[in-house]
Amino acid sequence: MDKRYGVGIDIGSTCAKSVAVDGDGVVVWHDLRPTGWSSVDTAGAIQSSLPEAVKAGQARFVATGYGRVSVPFADKCLTEISCHGKGAVHLFDAKDLNVIDIGGQDTKLIVITNGAVSEFVMNDKCSAGTGRFLEVMANTLSVTPGGLCDMASRGGETRISSLCTVFAESEVINLIGRGTPREDIAWGVVDSIAQKVKAQAGKLRLGSGPLCLTGGLCGFPFVLERLERAFGREVRTDPRARFAGALGAVRRLTGGKSRNLQTADG
Amino acid sequence: MADYVKMWKDLGMDLESHDMLCQVLPTAVGDVFLTQENRPKAMDFWDLVISEVHGIRPAELIEEQKKGRKVFGTFCVFVPDEVIIAANGIVTGLCGGSQFWVPGGEAVLPKNTCPLIKASVGARLGRTCPFFRIADVYVGETTCDGKKKAYEILGQDVPMLIMDVPQMKREKDILKWKDEIADFAAKVEQITGNRLTVENLKAAIRTVNEKRKAMQRVYDARKSLNLPISGRDALLMTQISFFDDPARCAQMCNRLADELEQRIRDGVSVAKKGDKRILITGTPLAVPNWKLHNIIETSGAVVVCEEMCTGTRYFENLVDDSGETLDELFMALARRYMKNNCACFTPNPGRVDDIIRLAEAYHADGVIDCSLKFCGLYDIEKRSVSEALKAKGIPVLSLETDYEDSDAGQLRTRIEAFVEMLNG
Repeated sequence: MDKRYGVGIDIGSTCAKSVAVDGDGVVVWHDLRPTGWSSVDTAGAIQSSLPEAVKAGQARFVATGYGRVSVPFADKCLTEISCHGKGAVHLFDAKDLNVIDIGGQDTKLIVITNGAVSEFVMNDKCSAGTGRFLEVMANTLSVTPGGLCDMASRGGETRISSLCTVFAESEVINLIGRGTPREDIAWGVVDSIAQKVKAQAGKLRLGSGPLCLTGGLCGFPFVLERLERAFGREVRTDPRARFAGALGAVRRLTGGKSRNLQTADG
Repeated sequence: MADYVKMWKDLGMDLESHDMLCQVLPTAVGDVFLTQENRPKAMDFWDLVISEVHGIRPAELIEEQKKGRKVFGTFCVFVPDEVIIAANGIVTGLCGGSQFWVPGGEAVLPKNTCPLIKASVGARLGRTCPFFRIADVYVGETTCDGKKKAYEILGQDVPMLIMDVPQMKREKDILKWKDEIADFAAKVEQITGNRLTVENLKAAIRTVNEKRKAMQRVYDARKSLNLPISGRDALLMTQISFFDDPARCAQMCNRLADELEQRIRDGVSVAKKGDKRILITGTPLAVPNWKLHNIIETSGAVVVCEEMCTGTRYFENLVDDSGETLDELFMALARRYMKNNCACFTPNPGRVDDIIRLAEAYHADGVIDCSLKFCGLYDIEKRSVSEALKAKGIPVLSLETDYEDSDAGQLRTRIEAFVEMLNG
């Protein structure tokens, strides 16, 4: 078996997530940073911040995410759909599962059957129901995305009906103008993401396995709560789920083994 | 390139805008077609036609008009070419497939109209397409609401004939379509000044049947596991067939089919080992819309068949030419054209049957169902298509796109992921 290090790099629209594993598949390093305006520069910065042992060891690289083509030193490129699927199989230790990945620019639903992707849907150009939507709304409410989710958990039922981020922002501004409490507006924002994801799920047949959340919103409990309500079933997540894409990418090298990623946010 | 400027000027075209369109086309052709390796030699004909797409054929049409023949511009595979050809008229397709024309269409149409309609209207009103200038009369049809209303706008600028396509497939609908063809024939006689006879209609039916058989031969070659032609090249052949003289089209397609059949015998393939075979279904891909084929064929897959109007719906099913009266021949035309399983019909189980039949015949590993943005009919039908294919164990990817390049990255991610999924 190849004992070289493997590095998975997932360059998303907002954040770049990377993991390195040793020849036994043990995670020895992980990294999370903003993608910034240049994926190529970000890829270079990730490469130079690798531990010396990895740098010296002729590591092999797999790139994924929308910036996957901007990693000049990658040995292999795979789509984030395959990688999130593979990563989730590992993280949630299940061969059959349904993955909701809410990313910066897109939201994906991936059905995994017997360890392989059997079906998926992605949102179209519109960013409603994505991390970007949450960011825009948080900005309008002068809070951080995390702050918005905390605030939402104290809010009351409010509906935001627009499917388009720009229109939804106008709707939020109207609510502000009407004096609706910020907590209630935040509730509406988070709930509209859950509703949008649920509507997207109507386009495929979810499998019998567990429903799992990966991507940047997995650390926000209220997002999970609204998703559970929308789907009427348990939604699992894991603090490491932000790294699902990078883990899935590196699993292509290690034949399935990659263990011991203890923390998500460093 | 020959100098067509005088011809374009005489056609009243907007030369300045047209120059901009002419500048982008060679790059697109180069990127999509000329980068391919090991192309069939017989593609030289279509390479030539597309390299001077606004020159060669328009010049021929104008020559024929000088002899008194009339040119009918059409937008749909329901229009029976045979009737026009029998009356010594000429048929040319008119569908717009370039983003270049979309803003012109949006000036008079709602933005949420499908790009094919917007581009077609923009091409006419912007005076940047010779085919739209040359046609003496346009033939529209009632296959969707967007087209029906767009024809009213075009009708203010150019003579229009509208054929009322039935929306169901009962026997009485087929009879109604026969009457519609007869009415259309009367108008064509008026415009051309030529009478339809049993003889000339039979001859026209044979001409168009020969064209259909020749196109089918090329498609049959694509069924081979030793794929002798790329999807891009086959699509170009199909797209140009809407504009070409039908007899020459048949001749060129047969010439291509000869070469493809020889390639199969010699084991010459354009596909790499492990490339996934994709059947595409959905809305038409008008010239120069090659976006989807190009992305698929640069993502580890090859397109082996198009269940589309720019594909099998154009040439499948022949017209029975055994009738001995015009009425019998009109009925034979009606029966053939009503076999088309367009999403404008309700219900439309035939399309699902076609997709499954073609996916099997062409040994497709997966199906991509793609509709143009704002085409409600095909978009809604995606669900039943997808459910039927999944029930058969055929993987399917549903997409929606327009003529812009801005979603190319997102399309590529979906298509690559689909190919990765097919690879297991």
